[in-house]
Amino acid sequence: MKQVILAAHFPGVNNHTVWSDPASGSQIDFASFVHLARTAERGRFDFFFLADGQRLREQRGRIHDLDVVGRPDALTVLAALAAVTDRLGLAATINATFNEPYEIARKLATLDHLSGGRAGWNIVTSSDAFTGENFRRGGFLDHSQRYERAEEFLRTTRELWDSWVPEDLVADPVAGTFAAADAGAFTHHGAQFDIGGHFTVPRSPQRYPLTLQAGDSEEGREFAASTADAVFSRHSTLEAGQAFYRDVKSRLAGHGRSPDSLKILPGVTFALGDTDAEARENADHIRRQQVSPQTAILLLEQLWNRDLSSYDPDGPLPDIDPDVSEDSIIKGRARMHRDPLKTAAEWRALAEAKRLGIRDLIIEVTGRQSFIGSPARIAEEINEFVQADAADGFILVPHLTPTGLDGFVDRVVPLLQERGVFRTDYETTTLRGHLGLENDL
Amino acid sequence: MSAASLHLAVALDGAGWHPAAWRDPAAFPKDLFTAAYWAALVAEAERGLLDFVTIEDSLALQSTRHEGPDGRTDQVRGRFDALLVASRIAPLTGRIGLVPTVTTTHTEPFHIASGLATLDYVSGGRAGWRAQVSGRGAEAAHFGRRDIPGLRPESLDDPETVRLIHELFDEAADVVEVVRRLWDSWEDDAVIRDVPTGRFVDRDRLHYIDFEGSRFSVKGPSIVPRPPQGQPPVTALAHARVPYEFAARGADVVYVTPHDAEQARAIVEEVRGIGNDVLKIFADLVVYVGEDARERKARLDELDGAGHVSDAAIFTGTPGELADLILDWRRAGLEGFRLRPAVLPTDLGAITRRLVPELQRRGAFRSGYEAATLRGHLGLPRPAGRYAGSRR
Ligand SMILES: Cc1cc2nc3c(=O)[nH]c(=O)nc-3n(C[C@H](O)[C@H](O)[C@H](O)COP(=O)(O)O)c2cc1C
Repeated sequence: MKQVILAAHFPGVNNHTVWSDPASGSQIDFASFVHLARTAERGRFDFFFLADGQRLREQRGRIHDLDVVGRPDALTVLAALAAVTDRLGLAATINATFNEPYEIARKLATLDHLSGGRAGWNIVTSSDAFTGENFRRGGFLDHSQRYERAEEFLRTTRELWDSWVPEDLVADPVAGTFAAADAGAFTHHGAQFDIGGHFTVPRSPQRYPLTLQAGDSEEGREFAASTADAVFSRHSTLEAGQAFYRDVKSRLAGHGRSPDSLKILPGVTFALGDTDAEARENADHIRRQQVSPQTAILLLEQLWNRDLSSYDPDGPLPDIDPDVSEDSIIKGRARMHRDPLKTAAEWRALAEAKRLGIRDLIIEVTGRQSFIGSPARIAEEINEFVQADAADGFILVPHLTPTGLDGFVDRVVPLLQERGVFRTDYETTTLRGHLGLENDL
Repeated sequence: MSAASLHLAVALDGAGWHPAAWRDPAAFPKDLFTAAYWAALVAEAERGLLDFVTIEDSLALQSTRHEGPDGRTDQVRGRFDALLVASRIAPLTGRIGLVPTVTTTHTEPFHIASGLATLDYVSGGRAGWRAQVSGRGAEAAHFGRRDIPGLRPESLDDPETVRLIHELFDEAADVVEVVRRLWDSWEDDAVIRDVPTGRFVDRDRLHYIDFEGSRFSVKGPSIVPRPPQGQPPVTALAHARVPYEFAARGADVVYVTPHDAEQARAIVEEVRGIGNDVLKIFADLVVYVGEDARERKARLDELDGAGHVSDAAIFTGTPGELADLILDWRRAGLEGFRLRPAVLPTDLGAITRRLVPELQRRGAFRSGYEAATLRGHLGLPRPAGRYAGSRR
């Protein structure tokens, strides 16, 4: 039987994070990060995961103010978490556009040393000029070049990580040799980076920190198949998951890789209850908190691509059609709807048939929880998805900070362990080891 | 002389500041690349009630040559990212300030602001920053974005070198300005969690910084809420007029390198003359502390094949003699000292277990932490955000 991989996503910047609940704590105090990380480690999770965004989102030219805003620098907070955890992997999302390989390679190698081999990197490709306005270089990179830079960025960091071999660090005071003469020497001449010199961090425990990829286009999938250790995907239903899984795994052979060398990890949410009925009730309650009246209008605007602030959240959908011009009213987040006119027609038909106002419709059509039910049902479904090759495991996105994982760890993890599909204790010390990728290097 | 007003910091680097320190019998050369090594050093510094530790860094290998690597195998080469080391140590300590070195030349100001604000969160208000320009060509070649011909100490008067120094420090001043604006870009009470209106933040309390400089522009706001200290203290090492000006305009603490009390007086006068009354002036000192200080230095010099040279004055002597020197130089107007232990952990232990008690005996140093934040230790008030109250 396949073993389930589990990761914990610190809930962050999106409307899934319920900040209005009285149980919701700080999204920024270190204590919140410690709580979630220690809970994940108590549950023997593979890793802790942080998303990224380098500019506050805007809608209609104003900072989006309805969702959680603000997050710490990922690598810095993970270095601190390395001090309060022992085995849990620590993975940061870092974009390849507004960073430089030398600096990121150095930071990831440092984190890998400081955590004893637990560093992970979700390499993303955000390249919008909007985010670029926060950086020295401005927009600077065309959308079409995102993956070219990301691919060369990752290749370059691996060259830097290989610039010290283990024997280079001697530290023998009697012989008087600290390090080999050419330790850290590298040159890289490429289209994106033309650099050379010496790297300052000796070979780290994992040699290459675990690499995740998150991006769904043809180029994104090829990038993952050619080089990543895991994919953070958004295909979380059984059928969509299986289709994605087949597609990405079938690409591996073309890159000379075995199917097991790349793990597919959809991001999923969940709602627990003592019984399935209670869980459904909890799920509905969570959905209503996630979609406030104000959020309902904002989410509707994202499809209509127009100002709908004068509409009643409990009233009917607009008669006017979505604006399909290129100008997007949202900045800092991808437009999610490929064919807005068709989607609007579907939403209108659904609202009509079920007699739904705007808010209830939005609740119906956006972001369902992936797993809803009693602990037994959720454990069963997670295992079923993994055994049926819809995933190799999941990145869980709890809806509450920082206690959102407590119930899962206390009640679902033991059931997975009983089935023999999830570890009862850590068997290795490194993140690669947890995922069974150690020997692939 | 109030006990609390003398400030003491230590500068941590590798196995200590003597190039052969790693070969001292008391050193731990095999542990330099472990978290435990750094944790033990900082715990020892905190035991001595020091204001803060700085952690050295650079984006190139250590070298005896200014232009680039020297290929030497008999000295410590390689180091960690200082910000991450500081962050790794933060949860293991409770009071001491943590001041990593981060360059202003090659890193993005936006990332610097986020990283240091995060260090301030994970340490509960104990973060600081040693802002450092990178003038070495080797560092620039690691980034490939610009050519820096490299500053040679022997050609500091060349017009080309003078121009480059001005350029690097002007740019550093812009970076510090951007970082400070980003720290202020969230008002302290920007997170409102107002359920009736559905608003998590009050967007009127978030501010675009709209920095437009000659080298770069940054829009803002930060992605990290305003850090606990509001603004973590900014520190800089300075040896000459241009960096003095940079420090006086941008920093909260400047480290200077006098070689005697008289020079200290002259430097303090020059720095004060630039006009920043609240800037704290610390002297850097390399220290070998103990009855055997001279012999230890001589032994290490012999191992290294050269006498230890440094930009800062080198002290060898007993804890009592060091206390004398500190109190003597202090009369020149210095507020504190950043001691650079020649050998770790030997000279650090001598500072915390012998120098500090000696200073305490003389009523010149605190006998317990009186504050919980680095600003608190330094007697710096928490600043109001510059945008507070302004509305877009
Ligand atoms: C599940 C998932 C999570 C992502 N998380 C982030 C993130 O935290 N930060 C970010 O900048 N981009 C993130 N991305 C964006 C991707 O890196 C990429 O820029 C985007 O999906 C467009 O690439 P594509 O056309 O290949 O899908 C994420 C994408 C996916 C699918």
